[in-house]
Amino acid sequence: MFKKILIANRGEIAVRVIRACRELGITSVAIYSDVDRASLHVRKADEAYHIGAPAAAESYLNIAKILEVAKRSGADAIHPGYGFLSENAKFAQACGSASMKFIGPSPASMEMMGSKTRARQEMEKAGVPFVPGTSRGLESGEQAEQVAAKIGYPVMLKAAAGGGGKGMRLVHTPEELKSALQAAQSEAERAFGDREVYVEKAIVNPRHIEMQVLADEYGNTVYLGERECSIQRRHQKVLEEAPSPIVDADMRRRMGEVAVRVARAAGYTNAGTVEFLVDEEKKFYFLEMNTRLQVEHPVTELITGLDLVHLQIRIASGEKLPFRQEDVHIRGHAIECRIYAEDPDNNYFPSPGRITLLLSPSGPGIRRDSGMYEGWTVPVDYDPLLAKLIGYGTDRGQAISRLTRALHEYFVGGIKTNISLFRRILTDTDFQAGEVDTGYLDRLLTSKACEVKGENAEVAAIAAGIFAILDPASVVGNGNLSPNPGNKTVGGVTVSGWKKAARFEALD
Amino acid sequence: MQYDVTIDGKDYRLELERVDAGWRCRLNGREVQIDAVLARRDVLSILIGGKAYEIKREHIAQETHLWVGSVRYAAELRDPRSLRSRKGSAADEKGPKKLFAPMPGKVVRVLVAEQEAVEAGQSILVVEAMKMQNEIKSPKKGTLQKIVAAEGANVNAGDVLAIVE
Repeated sequence: MFKKILIANRGEIAVRVIRACRELGITSVAIYSDVDRASLHVRKADEAYHIGAPAAAESYLNIAKILEVAKRSGADAIHPGYGFLSENAKFAQACGSASMKFIGPSPASMEMMGSKTRARQEMEKAGVPFVPGTSRGLESGEQAEQVAAKIGYPVMLKAAAGGGGKGMRLVHTPEELKSALQAAQSEAERAFGDREVYVEKAIVNPRHIEMQVLADEYGNTVYLGERECSIQRRHQKVLEEAPSPIVDADMRRRMGEVAVRVARAAGYTNAGTVEFLVDEEKKFYFLEMNTRLQVEHPVTELITGLDLVHLQIRIASGEKLPFRQEDVHIRGHAIECRIYAEDPDNNYFPSPGRITLLLSPSGPGIRRDSGMYEGWTVPVDYDPLLAKLIGYGTDRGQAISRLTRALHEYFVGGIKTNISLFRRILTDTDFQAGEVDTGYLDRLLTSKACEVKGENAEVAAIAAGIFAILDPASVVGNGNLSPNPGNKTVGGVTVSGWKKAARFEALD
Repeated sequence: MQYDVTIDGKDYRLELERVDAGWRCRLNGREVQIDAVLARRDVLSILIGGKAYEIKREHIAQETHLWVGSVRYAAELRDPRSLRSRKGSAADEKGPKKLFAPMPGKVVRVLVAEQEAVEAGQSILVVEAMKMQNEIKSPKKGTLQKIVAAEGANVNAGDVLAIVE
C-alpha cells in the first residue's frame, strides 16, 4: 500500500481524495497555486507545496513542476482527480518514468479512448453498438455527403479530439453540410489543434446514460450501475442521478456487459465511465469512454455502498478487486446537484468573490462534497464548482424530497450561485416523472421562470431595521462589510482599494 | 429609531425600539408584535405571531440582499435623520456612486457618454471576461459624471469603471 499520495488537483475533489487517504492511513500531499494558498484542500492535507502562478499551465497542468514536488515530498503515487491532467496520457507516462504510480488507467488505454475516432474503431472491432457514422475523420465534403445520405439526417459533425461541445455541428439538411463541415474543422483546429472531424447520426432528444466500470490490474472488470446525466446546460452536466429512472434490471445488465466489453477492449484498469446515448426506444449506443474518476461518482457510491476512491487506491497499489459482479447490488436512489459560483440571472456568468456567509445543509440522506468555506474568496482562475450536494433515499421520491429540503437550508452569501436552478428542476413535473433528455434543461430555462412570490416583504423590512440595530455593518460606498471597506485582499496581499481608485479618478 | 426602508422597490416606514427584553415595532404605522434575536453575524431569527423566520443578509456589488427563508429581497435602509438622506430623493440618495468591475476583464464597449442622464439599472458599459460579456448597470438614476475605464482598458476586480452622480 502507498505511504504517501500527491493529489494533482484542487477544490472539492482534492478534499475528497485527501479524506480517502486519511481513512486509509496514507499521508496526503496537496499542491496549490498562488490564489489557492487559503483553499480548503491545503488545510486538510498532511503536507502542501506551492506549485506556481494561478494560470493552470503554470500550476495544475504543469507536469514538470508537479513531478518535481512529488519527488521532493517523497510521494509514491499521484491521484489526478478529474479534469486537469487526469486524462493526459503524457502525464500518466511521465509518472511511470518517475517511478510514481499514477492512480488511474495506463497511458495506452487513455490514448485509445482519448481520440473519439480511434475509440470508435476499437469498439467496432469489439462488436460494441455505437451511433451509426464514420470511425475515421472525413476527408472531403463529398465523402461527408455520401455518408450522411446513407445514415440519414439529421447528422452530427464532431471533432475527433474534442469534448465539451466544441467542434460539434448539428446538420439538418444536405445543403448545410459542406459549410458546417468547414466550420467544424476550423473550430476543432483552433480548440484542439486537430482538425479531424467525423460524422454520426444525430439522435433526437437522446438521454445521456453512463455506466461506471472498475477493473483491477489482474483482468477483473465489473460494472457498478448507471448514472442518468441528461440534465445539461451547454453540454455541461448540472444534475445527475443513479439509477436512471428508465433503466430496469435487464437493461442495466445489457448495458453493463457492453461497458465491461468496452473496458476490456481498451485494456482498462482502475475506475472509468462508459458513456451511452439512449434513444426514445431505449436502444443504447456507445458514445465515448472517460478514463478517469468523474465528478458525479458520489451517486454511484451511495447506491452501491462502495467507496470508489478507496478502490482506486487499492487497485493502483496492486490489490485484487475484493468483490465480484454478483456481489454488486443497487439499493435506493441518489441525486446530485453541482453547486457553481454562477449568476443564474446573468446567463450563468461566473461569480467569483468572497463568501461572507455559509449555512450548510445536513441531516438524513444528505451528503455534501465541498471545497468552500465561509470567508473564502472564490478565485476567478478556475472552474467555479463550489460543492456537490447529494440527496439519497430509499426511492427516487425520497431522494428528491430530501434534496429539496437540503437546498432550502443551503445558503451561500456574498456571491451568486446556481442553487435556485435546482429548486426549479426538482419541483418541475417532467423531472419528477423522470422525463428528461439532453434538451430538457434548455427547454426549462427558456420557459417562463416561475415567479417566486414576495409575500414576506414586510418581514424583510422589519429585519432590515433589526439588523441595523443589532448587527450594524459598515456599509460604505462599495458595500463591503470589512472594517476597512476600501481594501481588498488579493493573493494574500492587501491592496488599498481607495489608493487604486484615486490613481484612476480625478476627484473633484 | 425610525427608518425609511425600501424592499424590492417598495417603500416602508419603520419605527423600531428595544423595550426591556423585547421590541416595539410599527410598520407603516401598524403595530407588529415581534421577537428577534441575532443568531450570528448576518443571521436573524424573527418570530411574528408564532411564525418563525430565518433572515440572512449579504452584500453583493453595491446591493444589500435580505433572504427570508429562500426568497431574496433587495433592501435599502435609510435613517431619515442623517444628513445625507435629507439631501435627495430616495432614488438619488447617497451622492455619487461608483461602478465597479465585478471581475478581471476588458472593457469592450461604453454605452453612455459623460454628462448623459441615466436611469437606475441602465447598462453603462460592457466588460468581457472568460469569453462572456457582462453589462455593468447604473445603481441609481442620475448623470454619468465620469467614465474612468475607457473602451479597450483591461480592468481588475474592484476597479472603478465609472461614476454616476
